[in-house]
Parts: sequence; C-alpha cells; structure tokens
Amino acid sequence: MATSAAVPVSRPGAVLGRAGGGLARGIAVGYLSLIVLVPLAALVWSSRSQGLHTFWHEVTKPEASSALKLTLGVSVLVAAFNAVTGTAIAWVLVRDSFPGKGIVNAVIDLPFALPTVVAGLVLLELYGPSSPFGVDVAFQRTGLVLALLFVTLPFVVRAVQPVLLELDREMEEAAESLGAGRLAVFRRIVFPNLLPAILSGVALAFARAVGEFGSVVLISGNIPFKTEVSSVYIAGQIESGNPAGAAAVSVLLLLISLGVLLAIGAFRHWRTRHDR
Amino acid sequence: MGITVVEVTKKFGDFVALDDVSVAIPEGSLTALLGPSGSGKSTLLRVIAGLEEPDGGQVLLGDDDVTHQPARARGVGMVFQHYAAFKHMTVWENVAFGLKVRKRPKPEIANRVHELLELVQLEGLAKRYPAQLSGGQRQRMALARALAVDPEVLLLDEPFGALDARVRKELRAWLRRLHDEVHVTTIIVTHDQEEAMEVAGQIVVINQGRVEQVGTPRELYDSPANEFVMSFVGPVNKIGDTFVRPRDISLSLEPDGESTEAMVERVVHLGFEVRAELVRDDGQHLLAQLTQEEAQALELERGLIVYVKPSRQTVFTR
Repeated sequence: MATSAAVPVSRPGAVLGRAGGGLARGIAVGYLSLIVLVPLAALVWSSRSQGLHTFWHEVTKPEASSALKLTLGVSVLVAAFNAVTGTAIAWVLVRDSFPGKGIVNAVIDLPFALPTVVAGLVLLELYGPSSPFGVDVAFQRTGLVLALLFVTLPFVVRAVQPVLLELDREMEEAAESLGAGRLAVFRRIVFPNLLPAILSGVALAFARAVGEFGSVVLISGNIPFKTEVSSVYIAGQIESGNPAGAAAVSVLLLLISLGVLLAIGAFRHWRTRHDR
Repeated sequence: MGITVVEVTKKFGDFVALDDVSVAIPEGSLTALLGPSGSGKSTLLRVIAGLEEPDGGQVLLGDDDVTHQPARARGVGMVFQHYAAFKHMTVWENVAFGLKVRKRPKPEIANRVHELLELVQLEGLAKRYPAQLSGGQRQRMALARALAVDPEVLLLDEPFGALDARVRKELRAWLRRLHDEVHVTTIIVTHDQEEAMEVAGQIVVINQGRVEQVGTPRELYDSPANEFVMSFVGPVNKIGDTFVRPRDISLSLEPDGESTEAMVERVVHLGFEVRAELVRDDGQHLLAQLTQEEAQALELERGLIVYVKPSRQTVFTR
C-alpha cells in the first residue's frame, strides 16, 4: 500500500504485513496455477496437438454440435430463470419474516450439499416413469431443465442475499418521499443496485449448467439430437475411444464459459463504476 | 405549510417511542426537535414524513389530515443522516429523481436541476457519483434532491450528524441562510443543543417519547420548564434542589456573607471563555464560566481558594 511505503521508519508489523502479503500472493498464484491453469493448459494442448482442422471437424460433427446447441440453449434458459426466481427467493429471505425462515434458508444450499448423481436419482424417482405425482418428464428436455434448475438454485440466491441485506433502506425511503411508488422504487433504486450481484449469480449458474453432468445423466436419457448435452457427449467420446473429439468439445465449452464469465464481469465492472 | 401533530402515539413492540405527542409547527418556521438518542425525535419526524404510521393520533399538513397517506403523496422533502444518496446515480440524476418520477418535461427538469445545483454550490460536480463526493457535498446534494420537488415541508433527520465538526458548523450557517432564502417550513432533528440553538427559531425538546417544552432557544435557556430541559440545553450545576448555570456563578477572592469557599481544581482556556472546575469543602463539584478578563483579574489557577456565590439560580417545584 502507498501509505505503508510512505512511513519513513518501517514498523515491525508493517514489514511482517508486507512479507505476509507476498507469501499470500505466492500461495494464491501457485495454487491457482496448479489447480486451474495447468489442467486447462493441458486440455487446450491436447486438442491443439490434433491441429485446428481436426478440432473444427470434431466440433462440427452433427451429434457434437447438436449437443452443444442444446447445452447452450438450456443453460441460457436456466440462467435467465434463475435470475428471476433467485432474486425473488433472496428478497423473501431478507425482507419477509415468516415461521420456518431459517429452515428455508438452510435448504437453499441443499443442491450444493447433495452429490449431483443423487440429485439426479431423486429427480428421476419424483418426475420419472414411476413418479408419485404422475409427472413423467424423464428422457425429455423438460427433465433436463428441471435437473439444471435444481443444481443451480443457490447461485443467484446466495449472490443477491448479502447485497440485499447491506442495501441502504434509507435510499428506498428517500425515493418514496420524492414521490416514487413501490414499482418505481424497485425499478430505479433496488434493481440497479442488485444487478451486479444478480449477474454474478447468473454467470456462475450458467457456467455450472454448461458443465453439469451428474444430475442430468440419469434424467435426460442422453438421446442424441434430443436430450444429449455436451458433458455427456464428451464422456461418450472418451468411452468410445475418441479422445480428440472429447478434447475438442471440451475446449469449446471452456472457451464459451470463459467468454461468458468475462463478458458478464466486464458488464459488472461498468455497472459498478460509481463505486470507484 | 404548517404542520400539526395531534396526540400521536407510536410503539415498537413494548417500547413506547412516542407517547401522546402534540406539536404545532408554524408555516415557514425552522423548528428543531431536540432530545437525547432514543427520545423519539426521529420517530416523530418519520411519522410526519409518512415513513412510519402512528398507532394513534393525527398528522396534519396545513389543513389536510395526512395520517394515513403514504410518504410519496405527502409532498415532503426528507434528508437523512447518512445521506441516503442514490449511489448508482450521478449528482445530476440524484437531484433530478423526484422530477423524473413525476414525469416532468425534460427541459423543465434540466432547468430546475441546474438551478438547485447552483443553490447548493455543486454546479461543477453534476457528473460525479456520490462516492466521489465529500460528506458535506453529499449532504448538500441530498438537500438539493429534497428541494427539487418543491416540498411543502422539509424534514432533516440529524443531517449533519455524520460530518466532522468544522463542516458541520459551515453547513449549519449555510442551512440558516438557505432557509432565509427559500422559506419552506423546516424541521431539523438533532441531539446537539448547540446546533438546535444556532439554527432553529423554535425548539421542541423531546424526552422518552414526550414533549418536555416548546420555545425559542432563549426561552429554553433562560426559563426551562423542568430539570430535564435545564440540564439538556446547557451545562448546569446541581446543588441540592437548586440549579445554577456555570455563567451564573460569581467568584471572588474575598468572602462575603453568602458565599462559600471552594478550591480551583482545573482551569480550561477556551479562547475567550474560561471554565473553572471547583470543589467545595463538602465535596460538591462546581463548574464556573468566566471571561478571560475575569479569570486574569482573579489570577485563577489550580489550588487557588475562591469564594463562590450563585448570582442566579433555579428551583423546580415537583
């Protein structure tokens, strides 16, 4: 920090602080490289070694591109749906009080706590051929969407909740006293302040939906050109001895997810310019 | 527009924030609601603003009973202690907000915002965000925002509480001048008696949800209605049942029939004013306020024995 550099006589605490900062930075960079960057680089490398031509050939195979389109389509749908429902749930959890609120709050994290295959199994039992409610959406795109909605539920809720808690209520009161109705207060005051958090949650939900495997593999039925998503397609390619195809689709998924995360990050950065 | 509060009661659970409060605020006045924290003064302001609904009683703006009207329909301008700035909007957009939600024509909004930014001396900062302003600037922006909609009444909730002492003093003087210019009926909530006395023409002293006294600064200081007001509006010595202001204690080096002996414990120089902390033989502590000349004439210093006599004192009958 500039302030600590300006102190003429360095105090022991400051030195320790700087050294500690350096150590923390070293750990962070080293760990991220090992856990994230190296595997990603290896993935890109393994697909690259096939050449750009093979890459293109693999990702444009009808089955591959169909799975890819489906994956992106349902992921966008699920992320958009989450934006609305997640915000609504966060709103109720923060602004309303009702008996059992603590339990509801705890249940939100269940999709994270449950192994995704178990989630898939539960969903298949509930909404499959032997559904106790007579709702059979297994092996259909509806089932796929349902599974993805389940596993992505916490993202937007948990991103919006703390921001809503911290939101200055007096801003809303000021707007109200200036003549704004409830809708105008939400649209002009609350929503713009929640938007960055909503987007964070949406970005994570989208990325999760793109890569989700465990919960969808059972309920979707993996019917090529109908309910087969990219993650399942990739697994299939590995099993049938086509690692090049698996790597190519993987890299494309990676690039799309990264692109979406970066785009949303940039938009967020622009939206929160007033805080800097 | 005058404000009339009639027998207003407000409870939060078991806590009685306002207990049968009635106050009349004359049109065009600048009135302070003065009281310690938790006295209910902010609640009273919020009831007037429509941000809090009273459990009983009435609020009238002019002749209109607005008790059950929402805040947005009351035409009040509100300024909060922590500014309540719309942080995602520029200064210009903040001030324009009330006019925008009223769907005023754009040229009119532009003119009005420009005029107000000039009034609060923020013309050059229109494109800044609140995070890029100082506390004083933010509060002036909040004031311009509240004034933009031509409110019938202006309500200020501890508006200078979050500012440092120097800025606070500046803004007080500025608010006083502003009020002389715009003449809108204004209520300012404060726990600072000096602030109330400096700014307001009328002060309503509130304690434990009740009105203790209403009067001009001078009336409160010179003829307080009870012990609470006496000790809240200025420093006071309590000797048995008698109250004496520090400036009403006269000191001399020679005893006379009525004076008692005391020793100087500490002398505090505050520029023109000098405060002497004294202790009597019986252990009673006293605070005396003198001018610098008086202190010099007595050669006041720690350990000096002086003879004290109250020149003016107050006793409240219970």
